Amino acid sequence: MTTPAPLPPLQAPRKLKLATVSLAGCFGCHMSFLDIDERLFELIEHIEFDRSPLTDIKQVGVCDIGLIEGGLCNAENVLVLREFRAHCKTLVAVGACAITGGLPAQRNHMDIGAILTDVYCTRQGLSASCRIPDDPELPLPLNQVHPIHEVVHVDYFLPGCPPSANAFWTFLNDLMAGRTPHLGHGLMHYD
Amino acid sequence: MSADLETASQPQGLRRVAIDPVSRVEGHGKVTLLLDENNRVQQARLHIVEFRGFEKFIEGRPYWEVPVMVQRLCGICPVSHHLAACKALDLVVGATPTPSADKIRRLMHYGQVMQSNALHFFHLSSPDLLFGFDSDLNQRNIVGVAQAHPDIAKKGVLLRKFGQEVIRATAGKRVHGTGSVPGGMNKHVSFEDRALLRRDVAQMIEWAQDAVNIAKQLHAQNPALYDSFGSVPANMLSLVRADGALDLFDGVLRARDAAGHIILDGASDQSYLDLIEEEVKPWTYMKFPYLRSLGPQLGWYRVGPLARIQNCDFIPTPLAEVQRREFLAWGRGQPIHAPLAYHWARMIEVLHSMEVIAELLDDPDILAGELMASGPRRREGIGVIEAPRGTLIHHYAVGDDDLVTMCNLIVATTHNNQAMNTAVRSVARQYMDGREITEGLLNHIEVAIRAYDPCLSCATHALGQMPLDVTLVGPQGELLDRVVRSQRGELRRALGASGGAPP
Ligand code: SF4
Repeated sequence: MTTPAPLPPLQAPRKLKLATVSLAGCFGCHMSFLDIDERLFELIEHIEFDRSPLTDIKQVGVCDIGLIEGGLCNAENVLVLREFRAHCKTLVAVGACAITGGLPAQRNHMDIGAILTDVYCTRQGLSASCRIPDDPELPLPLNQVHPIHEVVHVDYFLPGCPPSANAFWTFLNDLMAGRTPHLGHGLMHYD
Repeated sequence: MSADLETASQPQGLRRVAIDPVSRVEGHGKVTLLLDENNRVQQARLHIVEFRGFEKFIEGRPYWEVPVMVQRLCGICPVSHHLAACKALDLVVGATPTPSADKIRRLMHYGQVMQSNALHFFHLSSPDLLFGFDSDLNQRNIVGVAQAHPDIAKKGVLLRKFGQEVIRATAGKRVHGTGSVPGGMNKHVSFEDRALLRRDVAQMIEWAQDAVNIAKQLHAQNPALYDSFGSVPANMLSLVRADGALDLFDGVLRARDAAGHIILDGASDQSYLDLIEEEVKPWTYMKFPYLRSLGPQLGWYRVGPLARIQNCDFIPTPLAEVQRREFLAWGRGQPIHAPLAYHWARMIEVLHSMEVIAELLDDPDILAGELMASGPRRREGIGVIEAPRGTLIHHYAVGDDDLVTMCNLIVATTHNNQAMNTAVRSVARQYMDGREITEGLLNHIEVAIRAYDPCLSCATHALGQMPLDVTLVGPQGELLDRVVRSQRGELRRALGASGGAPP
C-alpha cells in the first residue's frame, strides 16, 4: 500500500486565477496593466495567469478574476465574453471600450455596407480586383459596437483609457485582500 | 499539394486545424490549416478577424482630434500613430516643426521603439527562445521566464519601463498621451523628468547591450535552426535618412530586392500612392500591399527591424553600428531573410534607441525654445514614420471647415501580411507536413508569426462579412442587435441596438 501524499498545509493561500482578454480594444489597457513594471514580480507570487494574451492558454478555465478589455464588435467577441462570464467569479469591464464601446463605437452611426465598400472597393491605392472579404473563417461584424454590460452581468467597472497602472494595482490588491475595490481621487479618471 | 499553400485546390473533405487566437502577439488573429487524410498540409492562412473601422469614423472629425484618436488603434505603439498623424497634419497647417518640437518628438518616438521592442522580445517572444518552441505550455510565458531566468525578466521589464517613462515625460502619459499636436508640441520636457531619466541612461545602455548579446547568442547556439526557420527571401522596405543612415523618425523610402540590390531609393514619402498598391483577399480583413512596379506576385516586401538594419548604409550611433556590422557579417555578404533574425535586429534597435535617447536628453532644446509653428494652410498631408514593427503611413485630407474628409492608413503589420503568411506556410511545410499535429508543433507557427511582432490590433481598421445571421441578446433575453447577410452579399440590419420588434 502506498502512503498518500501529504496534504498541502492548510494556511497556504491558494494563488488566485486571473484571465484577461482583449475584445474590440487596442491593447492599451493590457499595456497599462504591464505598466505596474517590476511589481509584476510581486503580483505573480499571488496570482496565476489563465487565458490571456500573455500566455498560450487558448480556452478560459475556471478563474477568480476576469479582466475584459474592449467592447463587442463581432460575433466572436460575444462568444468569448460569454465564456469569460461563465468561467470567472468576478468579471471586470476594464477601460472605456469595455464600459461604453469607446472609440470603436464611433462607427455606430454609419452604415456597415457603405464602410465595407469604401474600405475594400473604392478608395485609392487598391488593385482593380479588390472585393469585400467574405470567408466563413471571418466572424460577422455586429452592426454596432456594444459595451459588455449589455450582454453579461459585470461585477466591476474600471474606468480610464486606459486605467493607470496604479489603478490596476490598487484594484487587484483590494480584490485579493477580499475588500471592495475603491479607487478614489487621482486613480479614478476617464482619459 | 498546391504550390504555395495559400489555397487548397480541393478543400472538400480536408480536416481543419485552427490556432485561435494566436497568442503572445498584440491583437486578434488566427491561423487555419487544412490537412488531408495523410496529414499533408494543403492550405495555411493567417487571418485577421476583427474590424474597428478607424479610417471611416475619423472622417468628419476636426483634424486636431486626430492625433489623440488614432492612438487608440494600438496601445503598444500609440506614439507611432500619434506622431505619424502629427507629421501629416503639420503639412495641413503648413508647419515646419521647430527644433525643440522636432527633438522632443524624436525623443518620444525612440522611447516608443525601445519600450515596444523590449516588450516584444522579453514579454512575448523570449519564452519560445529560452525554453524551446514545443516546451511546456504552462511555462511558456513571461511568468515562466521570471521564475527560470529572473535576471533576464528583470532587465526586460526595466528596459520597457524606461521607454515608457520617456514617453510619459514627453507625451504626458505612458499610454495615449497628448504631447504632440499638429504644428508642434504642447510641452517641453521638465528639468525633473530629464534628471530622472538621465540617472538611468548608463544602466539602460548596458542592459541594451546585454539584450543584443542574448539575441546573438541564441543564433550562435543553434545556427541551423535560427538561420532556416521559416526563412523565405523577400524584398525589404523602410525609410532611411537622406544620407542612407538608419532613421526611425523621418526620411525617404528605400527598397532592396531579396539579393540586397537597391530597387527604389530617395523616394519622397509623399509619393507612397505611386509606389504601393494594395490587394484584398476574401479570407482576411488585412490587405496585401506590394510595390506597383513589380506587381502583387513579386512586389511584396518585409518591413521592420530586419528590413531596416539591412536597408540602411550605417547606424549613426557608435555602439549599435558595431552591432550592425556584426549582424551583417553573420550573413556572409548575403541578406538575412530568417524571421528569427528579427529578434537580433530588434535588439540592435533597442541599443540604438538608447543611444539616441541619451544624446537627446543632453540637448537643451528639449527643455526650452519655440514649440509651435504654422504657415500656409494645405488640404492634404501624408506622414510616414518607422514604427517599432515597420513603416507606418498616415494620409489625410482636410476641408476648409477643419473637418477630415479622407483618411487612409497603411500600418506596419499590413506591409508584413504576405511575409507573415509566407513564413506560416514555410513552417507548416517544414514541420507539420505528414505528422501528427501537437500543441508544440502548432506553436512553431506562432513562433514564426511572433518574429514579425505583428500588431494585429493596428491592422484591424478594415471590415468584412460572412454568410451568417448573428443576433445579440441581453442578459434578460432581449434582442439587442441582429445582422443578416443576404444571398447577394448585402448586409442588412434586422433590428436597431435600441430594441424593438424585428421587421
Ligand atoms: S479603453 Fe482605451 S486603452 Fe483600453 S482598449 Fe480601449 S482605447 Fe485602448
